[in-house]
Amino acid sequence: MTQLPESTDRKLGLVIDLDTCVGCHACVISCKEWNTGGYGAPLADTDAYGDDPSGTFLNRVHTFEVKPADKPAMVTHFPKSCLHCEDAPCVTVCPTGASFKRSEDGIVLVHEDHCIGCGLCAWACPYGAREMDAVEKVMKKCTLCVDRIYNENIPEEDRVPSCVRTCPAGARHFGDLGDAGSDVSKLVAERGGFDLMPEQGTKPVNKYLPPRPKQQSLDEPVNLASLAEPKASGFLGWLDGALERLG
Amino acid sequence: MHPAYSVIFFTVASGAGLGLLAFMGLGALSVGAQPMPFMLTTFGIAFALTIGGLLSSTFHLGHPERAWRAMTQWRSSWLSREGVFAIITLIVGAIFAALWTFMDIGSAILGIITAILSLVTVWATGMIYAQIKAVDLWHRWLTPVCYLLFSVAGGMILFLFLHAAFTDKTEPVWELSSVAMIALLVAWVVKVFWWMGGDKSPTSTPESATGLGSLGKVRLLERPHTGSNYLLGEMGFHIGRKHARKLRLIAVMLGAVLPILLILLAIPAPFDALWLGLAVLAHLAGMLVERWLFFAEARHAVMSYY
Repeated sequence: MTQLPESTDRKLGLVIDLDTCVGCHACVISCKEWNTGGYGAPLADTDAYGDDPSGTFLNRVHTFEVKPADKPAMVTHFPKSCLHCEDAPCVTVCPTGASFKRSEDGIVLVHEDHCIGCGLCAWACPYGAREMDAVEKVMKKCTLCVDRIYNENIPEEDRVPSCVRTCPAGARHFGDLGDAGSDVSKLVAERGGFDLMPEQGTKPVNKYLPPRPKQQSLDEPVNLASLAEPKASGFLGWLDGALERLG
Repeated sequence: MHPAYSVIFFTVASGAGLGLLAFMGLGALSVGAQPMPFMLTTFGIAFALTIGGLLSSTFHLGHPERAWRAMTQWRSSWLSREGVFAIITLIVGAIFAALWTFMDIGSAILGIITAILSLVTVWATGMIYAQIKAVDLWHRWLTPVCYLLFSVAGGMILFLFLHAAFTDKTEPVWELSSVAMIALLVAWVVKVFWWMGGDKSPTSTPESATGLGSLGKVRLLERPHTGSNYLLGEMGFHIGRKHARKLRLIAVMLGAVLPILLILLAIPAPFDALWLGLAVLAHLAGMLVERWLFFAEARHAVMSYY
């Protein structure tokens, strides 16, 4: 059913801390590893060792440079996966009913046996959260590790999305963003969490926490190369200066 | 956006085919009985273009064998609605065509219903693109209007050509020719407005995409992947924008100016079908360029991340 639910009982999602993320891509790899063996078709790679390698990933880390007008530029690592939008445009465009948003927890999923691989949902998503698998020819997307978070066969501490479990910096948080009392909701409130592309009207569930602005304000960049110049002293220093003066 | 040839061919062919079918539907009201070869050929071309287009659109599917499922989500999806309307149009149109061609029953009611269904199907095709908010160029009410007007114009000059080829005309056919020229002119003028309205700054920027705009100017430092991926293949196409102006001019010359000149040439000549045949070909060529640009020029919001 590609009509969106009026409301969902819970709004499970991620909170990603751009201040803490170190850009190590561990979440990308653990996501690929778990989702290749778990829910649905494996995530294919094509020409993996050739000239033009390409592969399906559900989570990717971009790195941006932010340049304030009056301060030096800062680097921000930026993990991006499905935001499980409340008003998910990818779901309503699906002609087959393969895409759906669950009313119980708000997770957006693809029923891969029903997917015709038309690609329209990937067009409808402004975030680029959906990728067509080149081998299976069905649409792949983040499942919020639906086969982990409710899985009673794995230890309780592992019942979070693979990317959250693996992040060595603690930059990824998982929880119910529909519950104002949850840890993730409190984190969003304290740190001023924000939506990506609010102008697209998708009402994303996932939130991002802003990086701290640079505290140190440098008026002019230091010439680092000059610090590495060897300084001659003693006789050599006198010779250096004398030869310099000769022109 | 990546211009997939199957989708370009589909929208051009089914647009012209459905336009021709719509015109035949309305023709039942006024034209009356026509020679059998004309009826067979005209309906044959209309159905061949429409069905051929629909089949070609399934070539870009990952799983064409599941295509029937696309009929189920008409409550929310324009792609599904297009499929449903196309099937209903083909069934009603086939009954209408068979009754008129073989039993000489030109049912005006069936004709009007066929015409309306044909145009609604074309409208649904346009809405598939217009509904996508992530593509600024497409997400406008004028998009389905362009699809509709091109379908009507294409159907009209096809009808004009076939009518000239299969009927003895001893005198110039001013009325039909004028209507076709006006339809062509209106369609391309609206298209030019569509182009002009589309040349504006994007809704989503790297600043809004990352939410970091309040801190400063944002630019990509490192891509998330060293190779290409599905997103870049599908949405990272920008050769179209480089040559957009030249290609727009070529589209207008082939699709509008040349066909109108050829129709004017055809009106007084005794063998006007030849000129009109060339007009049809020129228009279809112009439409292919226009449709290629429709995809190639469009910028997707996801490119703010690249």
